[in-house]
Amino acid sequence: MPFLSLSQAIGRHVRDGQSLALEGFTHLIPFAAGHEIIRQGRRRLRLIRMTPDLIYDQMIGMGCAEQLTFSWGGNPGVGSLHRLRDAVERQWPHALALTERTHAEMGVAYKAGADGLPCGLMRSYAATDLDRAQAAPVASFACPFTGERLRAVPALNPDVTILHAQQADREGNVLIRGIIGAAREAALAARCLLVTVEEQVERLAAPMNAVVLPHGLIAAVSIVPGGAHPSYAAGCYARDNRFYLEWDAISRERARFTEWMREFVLASADHAQLLRRLEVAA
Amino acid sequence: MSALAYSADEMMTVTAARQLEDGSVCFVGIGLPSAACNLALRTHAPHLVLIYESGTVGTRPAVLPLSIGDGELAETADCVIPLPEVFAQYLQRGRVDVGFLSAAQIDHFGNLNSTVIGSYAHPSVRLPGSGGAPEIATHAREVLLIMKQSPRSFVARLDFLTSAGYLGGSGERRRHGFPGRGPRAVITDFGVLRPHPESEELELTAVYPGVTPDAVRAACGWPLALARELEVLPPPEEADLRVLRDLHARTDAAHAKPVRIQLPPSAERK
Repeated sequence: MPFLSLSQAIGRHVRDGQSLALEGFTHLIPFAAGHEIIRQGRRRLRLIRMTPDLIYDQMIGMGCAEQLTFSWGGNPGVGSLHRLRDAVERQWPHALALTERTHAEMGVAYKAGADGLPCGLMRSYAATDLDRAQAAPVASFACPFTGERLRAVPALNPDVTILHAQQADREGNVLIRGIIGAAREAALAARCLLVTVEEQVERLAAPMNAVVLPHGLIAAVSIVPGGAHPSYAAGCYARDNRFYLEWDAISRERARFTEWMREFVLASADHAQLLRRLEVAA
Repeated sequence: MSALAYSADEMMTVTAARQLEDGSVCFVGIGLPSAACNLALRTHAPHLVLIYESGTVGTRPAVLPLSIGDGELAETADCVIPLPEVFAQYLQRGRVDVGFLSAAQIDHFGNLNSTVIGSYAHPSVRLPGSGGAPEIATHAREVLLIMKQSPRSFVARLDFLTSAGYLGGSGERRRHGFPGRGPRAVITDFGVLRPHPESEELELTAVYPGVTPDAVRAACGWPLALARELEVLPPPEEADLRVLRDLHARTDAAHAKPVRIQLPPSAERK
């Protein structure tokens, strides 16, 4: 497990056309990694995330994605993801194919991927329009033991999963604290796992049942302080709710969005520079 | 004492909060449901157990979260668990009493749309999508809905069925074997709709002070039936309004607060 700079890690492990999951449920969203993927101009990515959030809104708007697997595509507590909507409603900057699930189905699909199973199970009742609208639908069948209706959700095994976490130790073992979503399942389901962390420490002071990703699972660790901003890292900094509110106006029109991405993300050499430009860091 | 001044939104939130019983376990959607649940927790239901889909169980936030996963929810929770466990081991396992939801559209059987306006393949408005709602609407022992009423949101026909209410009514939901009973009440900015005991069609059972049934019908996209007895709900009490306004004021202040990140000296200035 090498420690790499973020630009090296993305350059070495993320390829055009791959399926890619940047996970973290509201908390610990790997924004810095997403921005680096935009800077390096990756294309035709098949993006996977329960909540696309602002980072996929940016990647979609910058033309990185051809497909999106997701379960809730809004700006939490604010409204629409305008770039996602523009791609779906008006194919800008190009068409975006959707695979849409519920949160529960995404959890089951990642867990199946992590468990080495082709599908995961949940209980099944009447079909909804969501089932009927999917090109790759979930399937219903009878339990072989009780006859109860079950639904099978196809496993998710991303080519690359990227997470952000609080700490890595000298060997590259990674500790995650706080809201975890389905990040651990997404990590264990992946063919390649990249992690960005707030800091490197000598030893992780982790309780025995804490969420620790052992270094053997991880292809590269990059130290990126503030790497989740405007999402957050519990114990380090809070969610920048003000930025989430401001994003609504920044992203509403194509021109202002493109200009903002150019002025902030593309013009910054790295995440530290972006945080200074945003006046989040001194 | 003169009557208290309050808004329709406040009346709606207070009425929604009053539907929650102390001690019940409630799976909370973000937005209007979250405000109502946190008001209940601070007034008549101090032992209400709030679960958010971010895996925060038994949370008591001091300010309303903007997102479903704000740090405030985790820091004030009894425990924080992975999302697949919230849905499988709490919700699907039958450990949730009340699911509290909202949506973009509702029909006369309490079915919900949060996916698209227009067709799925070529939507005129792409809405956020299902999130946790379909399973919450399925598994919670009962469901409370809170939505502002307009003919565009209370529709005769949904553009898309995201989460099941009573489906086609008259017991269809029960015949499919859904574990949860379905929507118990829809709290709007005019009053409260509840399902008819047999047909399961939503009918107006209560209005807020000063609201006429005609006004409620005008804000509904289907011919809204009236219950035989129409209750007039009591206005908010002073304590309700004080707690709710404090909560909103603290929330606005918290959400406007700038975030500062301390970069280590090694993060070189370029």
